[in-house]
Parts: sequence; structure tokens; C-alpha cells
Amino acid sequence: MSDTLPLSIINNRRLEKWLRFDAGRTLRLAVGKVEIGQGVLIALSQIAAEELDIDVGRIDILAGDTADAPDEGSTSSSQSIEVSGRSVRLVSAELRSRVLARLAQRLNCSPADLTVEDGAFLLDNQPTGHDYWSFVADADYAADITGLIAPKPPSAYKVVGQPVPRKDLIAKVSGAAFIHDIVRPDMLHARMLRQPSRNAQLIALDETAIRRAARGEIRVVRLGNFVAFVGPDETVVQRAAVAAVSLARWEGTRRLTPAHGEASWFVDQPSDDRLVGDAPVAATGTVVSAVYTRPFVAHAAMAPSCGLAEFRDGRLEVWSHTQGVYPLRNSIAEILGLPTDKVVVRHAHGAGCYGHNGADDAALDAAVVAHHIPNHCIRMQWRREEEFGFEPVSTAHRTRVAAELDAGGRPVDWTTEVWAGSHVQRPIYGGLFLAQEALPNPPAPAKAGDPPEANGGGGTRNGTPLYDFARKRIVHHLALSTPVRTSSLRGLGALPNVFAMECFMDELAERAGMDPVAYRLSMLTDARARHLIENVAARCNWAARWEVGTGRGLGLAWSRYKNKAAYACVAVELEVDKEIRLNRVWTCVDAGLVINPDGATNQIEGGIVHAASMTLKEQVTLDGDGITSLDWASYPILTFSEVPEISTEIVHAPDLPTLGMGECTFGPTAAAIGNAVYHALGVRVRDMPLTRERIAAALVR
Amino acid sequence: MTIEMSVNGRSVATEADPSTPLIDVLRNHLDLRGTRYGCGLEQCGSCMVVIDGKADYACSREVGSVAGRSVETIEGLATGGTLHPLQQAFLDEQAGQCGYCLSGILMSAKALLDRNPAPSRADIVAALDGNLCRCGAHPRILRAVEKAAATIRQGAAA
Repeated sequence: MSDTLPLSIINNRRLEKWLRFDAGRTLRLAVGKVEIGQGVLIALSQIAAEELDIDVGRIDILAGDTADAPDEGSTSSSQSIEVSGRSVRLVSAELRSRVLARLAQRLNCSPADLTVEDGAFLLDNQPTGHDYWSFVADADYAADITGLIAPKPPSAYKVVGQPVPRKDLIAKVSGAAFIHDIVRPDMLHARMLRQPSRNAQLIALDETAIRRAARGEIRVVRLGNFVAFVGPDETVVQRAAVAAVSLARWEGTRRLTPAHGEASWFVDQPSDDRLVGDAPVAATGTVVSAVYTRPFVAHAAMAPSCGLAEFRDGRLEVWSHTQGVYPLRNSIAEILGLPTDKVVVRHAHGAGCYGHNGADDAALDAAVVAHHIPNHCIRMQWRREEEFGFEPVSTAHRTRVAAELDAGGRPVDWTTEVWAGSHVQRPIYGGLFLAQEALPNPPAPAKAGDPPEANGGGGTRNGTPLYDFARKRIVHHLALSTPVRTSSLRGLGALPNVFAMECFMDELAERAGMDPVAYRLSMLTDARARHLIENVAARCNWAARWEVGTGRGLGLAWSRYKNKAAYACVAVELEVDKEIRLNRVWTCVDAGLVINPDGATNQIEGGIVHAASMTLKEQVTLDGDGITSLDWASYPILTFSEVPEISTEIVHAPDLPTLGMGECTFGPTAAAIGNAVYHALGVRVRDMPLTRERIAAALVR
Repeated sequence: MTIEMSVNGRSVATEADPSTPLIDVLRNHLDLRGTRYGCGLEQCGSCMVVIDGKADYACSREVGSVAGRSVETIEGLATGGTLHPLQQAFLDEQAGQCGYCLSGILMSAKALLDRNPAPSRADIVAALDGNLCRCGAHPRILRAVEKAAATIRQGAAA
């Protein structure tokens, strides 16, 4: 057992906050982490079921609710099983121990003689007539969690480690399942007219023409530069919002050019500069370097964001697909000037978000309107172009890698230099909501910021190589501002940095005249990493790799996410004709104890497809008054006909601590594609996305 | 005006402006909220329904144009308490992550299997290429459709 309590328990010490045996022989498990498509709720349920010895089907999970569930911050950074999972395990073990201790007293036996079978208590394997539901009393929950009760050893696990199906998918293949589908009494539909940028002033709004276009009853809510259309008929409200875009006149909108959308734009910008790692040393050997870039990219959730809010009797209730109900609750209360105990935020399922998208903004939009129009449920639905145009995007990111080589061509000194905007601008890190900037008296502009190194960094994420180089450092130029709002997207800086570093390793291997896999292994002592690389190399038949430039390529890359979470190695086999066609992908992941291997496989493979999409296709384009990639035609993602076959292996390591794995394949996939493209063509494409135009340009260089 | 059509095998008459998008009529007039809004542009497939046997987008389709026709939605897939083989296969394969794309994908797949109970992998890919999935559940989704097709064929042979 670890010597420190997980943060989730430190912040939520009472047992009753987490667990309660309910009527119908169920267990209510309350958690602060939320389902965003990653399957976390079944994994947390399995952990509780395991420690309490009840059937996992008996668990009703309540996730993300400021009235009734613990505060576990945000569901992000692949932390849910590491932190929340560990908490649920300790809490469940402790409740079981308290209950069995009291039962042992009652039965005058030793707790060691008691066992539990699907919630029923046995003494020396004979029924006692007692179970959790008949025996547990309020006093059993009324305690601070000590974290001192040892959970089961992994060798005793029966349900942890099994591919238990998720419960939430049943609704999702049957009908209504999402926040978008909630119907409440007195519901009014709402749409926004968005302020094109901070400081843009609405100088004219032709409400008559908007009402004419709406062809039905609408109410216009106008508070400074915050404008919403509200009414009982969604079709009418949507018509109003669509028409309003061209019937509003703004002044003071910031102007953009396509150059703002390139990672190289950041090179000349004012920045907060920092060194992480070893101090620079004057080079004595050969120094080589290369620059790799990734443009701005979007979360591009399948569903435009939605938020529901109702304000009744001074109390505001909000439903959101946010990643963090408590941080959102605190922000909404502060912005609307309400006491936090008068605001409740409840999580409702949305489309996968992969980070900070429009969810929180839509919730605040709904809350502002509800505060203005009490006693109705305001259902705020964003439009598609609004999601693409106004969600916080992931910053463009430029990585320059430089290595001083020894006589054998191996780095003795390594620098990863990063130019990027903020990778996290959640409101709790000083970021702003859209509505805040539109309402009267907007706050000062958001300050640039990134997570600290202890949390994995942002622009610096994975920037320190895990190879055995004598000296390593990151030089981070965090731009003080960005042309458009940026925030967290799966992996933060890990994808662009791993792309740069692992592609550069292939470049260095070629320079040294060595096979890329052998070159890596010659500088890598981490046994878990070596095992993955050897596993994937064997499965993709790396030994039979052919010469460079045949049009067909095989590339490989690996990383350990955040240098402390799960390890992943990925190999990609592809063909390049006019476009890149991915044929096969092999991966091996080491995430220590895996709670639900099927859920883990789903995350691993999803991460590969998502990263491949980003690497090959995705770029947010900027021009004029903002983002110009506003639909799926201008922001294409990988489709069914472009997805490769994926072969996945997960290392069986139940005795090792769980390592967060939802983002682990992201960086290695990008780099493996980059390396495979080089192998296919004999030219290196260092700027994502690796489009037909980029490949053609590289070939004629 | 009153628009009559068949929805999931049931005759319905609804009062609506004929230019109302079909998705709004399904969701807000008929309370069938499993048809999901994604883009309104016929680009993502989240809103896919089956109209007279063919998969079609409900987001941009005016309800007036489906008067007198047959519309199937995700809510019509299960019969009684029994899930459609496609739904069951998607659960068996855990073929989804966030699940937002799934009702549209299931309806595209339903239209395919209704006309071709023995599709090749390429047939399935072609039938689903108008549906986007952002989570990357594609390999599982393809497996699930293949599995459902096999189940349906076995059911027909039995």
C-alpha cells in the first residue's frame, strides 16, 4: 500500500460521500470522475465490486454531481484509474473491513473467519443470515477514511482484470442517452449569437429581420455582447440563430491571417521562457537538429456542445457534459454572483470530448440565460459551426530537437526546444469562458499558463527523452498569447513532441548507419520499454524490413506517457501513392494492473485512430475574423475506409500499479506514421498534417 | 399543416411546417430522441435514419418530403423486449466509446443488412463511410456489423 492517501480521498474524507448500500440489494457508488466515452465507470464499479465482494451488476454509479458526489476535480490527464480507482479501492476495502469487524463482534468470531459472497456474509463458509443490506448501519459510513486497510492482493482478483461490459452503451444503441436528449418541465430552447472575439462590440443587431427569419416566437436576451435567442420551438430558435450571424454588425474584432494558423508564427512572439533539465554546455562534438511542427487542431466532438440550466427560488441547477462539475460549479457561481451552495452542477453524458471543448462554455451560456429567465429549463444547444469556430483548440506547436553526437553517432546531449501557446486554459488555470468576455465588464485577458512539470507539463509534455543520454533539457517558449483560445486536447504536447523526438531518433539512426530499433535499444535501459519495442518489432516482422523508398513503409515509435504513466510502442505499415494509406498497426502497451482489458483495448485503439487522423488530416485554419474550418469538409477526420487493421497486446502485469493509458498510444502513433512515410519515400515530412500537398512538396525538394 | 407518415411501423400524423427538418419532428414532436444532431450538413451521419429502406440524413431533410413514406429510427430497431441483432452485436463487441455516432451507424448498417444479408468487409465499409466516429471505435464497429450479419443469416437459415 502506498504511504500517502490519493488526492481524491484527501479532498473527500467521509466514507458516506462514496458508498451506500441501497434498497433492491444495490450499492450506490459516488465518484467525481465522469464518463466521457472512455469506459471509466465500469472500471471503477469493478474495483468497488472486487473489494466488497458483490456482483458488479449491483452497483449504481453516480458520477459528477456537486450535490451528491465527491469532488475529484477534472476527468483528465489519464488520471481516473490511477487516482479515483485507487481511492475507490481504499474506500471499499475500508467499508468492508468496518462492517466485518462489527459483525465479528456480534457473532463473537474473528473477522478472519468471515467471508463475503455477493454481499452475503459467511462464517466458516456457512451462511450467517446477514448481508450488507440487512446489517450495515449509518454508523458504518460515519467515519473519516484512514486508508490503512489493505485492499485485496491482485492474486485474489475475480472481477478486476475481466472484460466486464459497460452499462451505459445499452441506452446509446437504443435511443435517448445524452444531455441533448433531456426533457425538463417548462423547457425553452436556446441558441447563441457569438461575439467573434474578445473586445468585439455589437453595434447593430437587426432583431426585426431575425424575428422574420425565425417565423415564430422568440425572445432575444442581450446582455452587453452576450446575445441568445430563446423560445419554445427549437426549429424557430435555430432559424433565428442562423439568420442572426449576418444580421449583426461587430466592431473591434481581431483580424487574423492564414499565417496565424502556422506553428512557425510562435517563433517571433513574446514568450515566457524556461529551462527544464540540465544546464546547456558548449558542444564539442557534431550537433544536428531538425524542426517538426503540428498546427492548431480541434477536439471536433461528434456533438456540438449542450448545456441545461434552471433557476428557481434563488437556486441554479445546471446539467453539463463538462469534465469537472465542481470547477464548473465554482466558476458559474462566481460569474453570476451566486453563493456556491446555491449552484448545483450535474454531469450528463455528451459526445467524447478528448479534452476541454465547448462543454463548459455551453453550460455557462445556459446558466446566464436561465439566471435571466427564471423558472424555465434553458436548453442551450450549440450549432456545428459554433463548436468548430469557438471551442478552445489545441495550440499549434513547434518542436526543434537538437543532439550532440558521440563518435558512434549517439546523442550525449539532447535539447527539445518548444514554441507553443498554452496547452491548458481551463478556467481553474486562469482561462476564461466565452460568455465572460461577452458580458458587461469582462475580466482582464487570460494569462498564458501550462500545467507544472510535476503534472506532466503542457508544451513540455514528454519532451525529456527516456533514453540514456548524458545530458537532456527542454527549452520552453510559452507564448504569452495565442491568435485563438487554446486549451487541453488529448496528450497536450505529448503528440507533437513524441512525433519530433521519435522521428528524429530515426534520422539519427540512419546517420549512424544503424537499424532504428537496434539504435534505440542500444541507448535504452528501461526494461519495460525494451520489452514493448521487442514485442512490437517481432510482431510486425521488423527483421524483414525492406529498403527505403519502395512506396511502402514500416515505422515504429514508443513513449511512456508523461514519462510516468503507461508505456506504448506502435508500429505502422503504410503505402504512399498520392495519399497515405494505413494498412496495419501493431501495438503493445504496459499499463501495470489493467482493470478492464476490453475497455483498455478500446482506448488504445481509439487513441491510434485519433492520432492517425490528426497526423494525416487535421488542421484548424485561421483567417479574417476567426477560425475558418467550420465543418467536416474543411476539417476532415479519418473515415471507415481509411482506418487500418490494428493488432493490440497488453502486458499482463497485475502486480504493478495501474498506469493511466487513455493517451499512451497518441504520440507513438504520430511518430510511427512519420517514420513509415520516410521509409516508404526516402524523404522526411516534418510538418503535420502529412497531406498529399506536403508529401508532393517534400518529394520535389 | 398535418403531415402523415409511418414511423417505426406506426402511422403518425403531426402538425408541422413542411420545411421543418425531419430530425426536429422526430425529436421534438414525436419524442424520438435517439436520432442525433451532429452537423446539419449531411457530413457526419449522426442523424441517419432509414427512409423507405434507404439510409438517409434526417438533419437536412424537410419533413414535407417524407409525407406518406416510411421512416425507421433507432427506437424501432428492437422488437418487443428483444434487441435487434445489430444492437446485440454492438453490445457484445462493446463497439463504441462515447456512443454518439452509434444510432446513425446502426441505421446505416440496418439499411445495408436489409438489402444485403451477406456483406463483405468492403460492403460494410462503403455503407458506413458516410458516418463519422471520432473516438476511433471503427475496428469494433466493423466487427459488430459482421457479427450481426452472421446472426441474421443463421436466424434466416434456422
